[in-house]
Amino acid sequence: MTTSNETLGSAPQAKQETGPVKRIEGRSLSQIAWLRFKRDKAAVAGGVVVILLVLLAVLAKPIEAVFGLDPNAFHQDALDANLGGIPFGDWGGMSWEHPLGVDVQYGRDLLTRVIEGSWVSLLVAFGATILSNVIGTVLGITAGYYGGWVDTVISRLMDMFLAFPLLLFAIAISASLKDGAFGLHGTSLHITVLIFVIGFFNWPYMGRIVRGQTLSLREREFVDAARSLGARGPFILFKELLPNLVGPILVYSTLLIPTNILFEAGLSFLGVGIEPPQASWGGMLSNAIDYYQVDPQYLMVPGLAIFVTVLAFNLLGDGLRDALDPKNN
Amino acid sequence: MRRSRTAALTALAAAVALTLTGCSSSKGSTDGATKGGSVAGADAATKNIVNASDAKGGTVVYEHSDVPDSFDPGNTYYAYMYNFSRLYGRPLTTFQPAAGEAGNKLVPDLAESLGQVSPDGLTWTYKLRAGIKYDDGTAVTSKDVKYAVERSNFAPDVLSNGPTYFHDLLKDNDTPYQGPYKDKTGDLKAIETPDDTTIVFHLKQPFADFDYLVSAPQTVPVPQAKDTGADYVKHIASTGSYKFQSYEDGKEVVLVPNTNWDPKTDPIRKQLADKIQVKLKIAQSTIDQDLLAGNAQVDLAGKGVDPQTQAKLLLDPKLKAQTDNTYGGRLVYTAINTKVAPFDNIDCRKAVQFAIDKVSVQTAIGGPIRGDIASTVLPPDIPGYQKSDPYATEGNKGDEAKAKDALKACGKPDGFKTSIMARQDRSTEVASATAIQAALKKVGIDVEIQQFPQGKYFSDFAGVPEYTDSHNTGLIMMQWGADWPTGYGFLQQVVDGRAIKKSGNTNLSQLNDPSINKLLDDAIANPDRAAREKIYGEIDKKTMDAAVIVPLTYYKVFLYRPAGATNVASTPAFSGQYDYLNIGVTK
Repeated sequence: MTTSNETLGSAPQAKQETGPVKRIEGRSLSQIAWLRFKRDKAAVAGGVVVILLVLLAVLAKPIEAVFGLDPNAFHQDALDANLGGIPFGDWGGMSWEHPLGVDVQYGRDLLTRVIEGSWVSLLVAFGATILSNVIGTVLGITAGYYGGWVDTVISRLMDMFLAFPLLLFAIAISASLKDGAFGLHGTSLHITVLIFVIGFFNWPYMGRIVRGQTLSLREREFVDAARSLGARGPFILFKELLPNLVGPILVYSTLLIPTNILFEAGLSFLGVGIEPPQASWGGMLSNAIDYYQVDPQYLMVPGLAIFVTVLAFNLLGDGLRDALDPKNN
Repeated sequence: MRRSRTAALTALAAAVALTLTGCSSSKGSTDGATKGGSVAGADAATKNIVNASDAKGGTVVYEHSDVPDSFDPGNTYYAYMYNFSRLYGRPLTTFQPAAGEAGNKLVPDLAESLGQVSPDGLTWTYKLRAGIKYDDGTAVTSKDVKYAVERSNFAPDVLSNGPTYFHDLLKDNDTPYQGPYKDKTGDLKAIETPDDTTIVFHLKQPFADFDYLVSAPQTVPVPQAKDTGADYVKHIASTGSYKFQSYEDGKEVVLVPNTNWDPKTDPIRKQLADKIQVKLKIAQSTIDQDLLAGNAQVDLAGKGVDPQTQAKLLLDPKLKAQTDNTYGGRLVYTAINTKVAPFDNIDCRKAVQFAIDKVSVQTAIGGPIRGDIASTVLPPDIPGYQKSDPYATEGNKGDEAKAKDALKACGKPDGFKTSIMARQDRSTEVASATAIQAALKKVGIDVEIQQFPQGKYFSDFAGVPEYTDSHNTGLIMMQWGADWPTGYGFLQQVVDGRAIKKSGNTNLSQLNDPSINKLLDDAIANPDRAAREKIYGEIDKKTMDAAVIVPLTYYKVFLYRPAGATNVASTPAFSGQYDYLNIGVTK
């Protein structure tokens, strides 16, 4: 007993003696997090790539317009028809005109299609992530704060959703809504369906994390204080609890985005996601798989695009987690 | 950055070098192939029987990427099953095993000669060869042939896959015949069997191609006592040179020599291999690898190798010398649905005819090796073909100006929206639809691609007029091969207005032009072959004038011919597939 008391008492003193610690005391939580994040080279690299990708996705259409690129324009002259539409030359027809080559059968410029595919991938991934975050956060925070039967109902609902064979369901729903639904057609419909399917069935993961965090937060003094001052449920949930949940939500979102990108690519690869001729990375992979022996470049281009994007988001997400939540380290 | 650029330039240089060497060596192989004669080379099996041999023994392996509709001769509509089923079943007539044009020659098989037709053209009589037995030793009678036709044509609820030409052509009973499963005691009066070796068919109207019609496996005898309807496929009674050793549904079929088959009764079969193994549901890439490695002799479906293997074969002169590239009696086309606005207006149809860039479609399908650019309904290897190109555009690349003029004439100068159907598991079909979509967009026609599974394409979607008409499906991707190699066998099911069905329809344009219908009737009733062929050319022209079919390519098969296989000949009678009757193996 005595020994432990002594150590407890002496620890803060020992810390105060060192110089830099004093300066840290003057910083806000976000400044500390930023400092930690900056030290993580991989995370910074990931972050830079992510920013570039988002810019690329947002500016995809303007870029295409400015440079006169059409992702669906055929370039027959780049293809060797006698070989069955394989691009002339090695490396899938790489040239100054087509820096990443052209695709087999059609001769569409791969760089343009990768750029075009970026906005689809990121839009679906961000949209689905936001959707699952909103549902997951609202239900998770409610379940965690109120407890009791509310918690029981919501938690069982989460179990139910987690037990759902997501891939099969996604294939079924995407296939059955192909012809048009909600007054939408073509690519806009496919994107909406993908966002809905991926987002709607992924919320329980977010819900569980938020519920767990809320369970511990609701016992904290500031919540008691708010309650004693007469604050009611919604105010406590969204003004007191939610700001304290931003860290885990942000971290989890950054890690959910690459999963969603992969899921979208997977569905498009299986032919139930984005449909041709709209360029999508998964669709490009699916076309390229028939030609990997004679034109490996065709497979590598969308493959690398997916790989780089997913890696960048994962590095960023890991870095954010380390920076915002050092306890987990 | 700099390093990657250097790498790219080096790669470019290497690519140029490779292309150059590729060119020179492929030239060499062409020279080698022109030596001709029995020396194998590229396309050798389209001219001669390659590796002709009587050597017995070994196992011939067939592989298939999926499953056929059925092995039951009375329940199939696939050309490759018409071809393959002859190993265990003898139809009244069949095609001579030979390469090229000679393969189109009809010869008697179960019958001792081709049919005897009555002067009015309404009665066809066949005499069966003497001494033909089933694999269990019982004798085949003409009643079994009659029964086979009855079960395959009059019981669509039990055996639904095959065509029903006999049902449509033969005189029906006074009260319509319900087929042998519903009507166990009755029979079809229009087929008579005066004795055990004679069979007589009575027709409603003269039908000059009747000898071709009885070459279908639907005339392969089936003993009524052994028929169990849809389950008959599990214990088929064999009359051919092989019999079933085992049948595992959707997995594997093994055939062994039929000891009760007598070569004296059969001038065309050889019975060479000790065993024939059919492996089902093998990935196409695996099939191609097995063919290249000699582990399999034949791709049962006979469509040709997959696109990747195609490029590999074309790049290697040695492998290329073992390929056969020939017409498959098939047309790849886009049907324009005349029942969907604005395609009820001929000028809108003409706009599509002019707008489509056929070269881009051809490249998407696999280049000239997988089909020549088409401009007529009849492919060049079907008798009656006459060269013409009513919607010619420069270089076949489409003509925006002419298409826009046609759009103006049709009252839609700014274009319109429509959709195109394609089979999702046929990647080349989706690819051609994509190419068509891109071409039509240039003239303002917005096309949405709708994809459907192959198995239900005709039963539920493209072949259901009610569905296509209500889903604004103006364009439908289609590939059509002749049921038998004559103009009628090709045209009737796709242009005859009376052939339009509620489901399983193949007249996708829903063309119903009385003058075309009449020409078809006139042709098939005409005993003079040359006159018939002239009419087929006329029907072709009329169909093109109506602009309801956009011919894209005359389909070509591209087959790999494994070195170990013997008696290999690509026959036009079965869509350019190898004739499966006598393929053996040297091992």
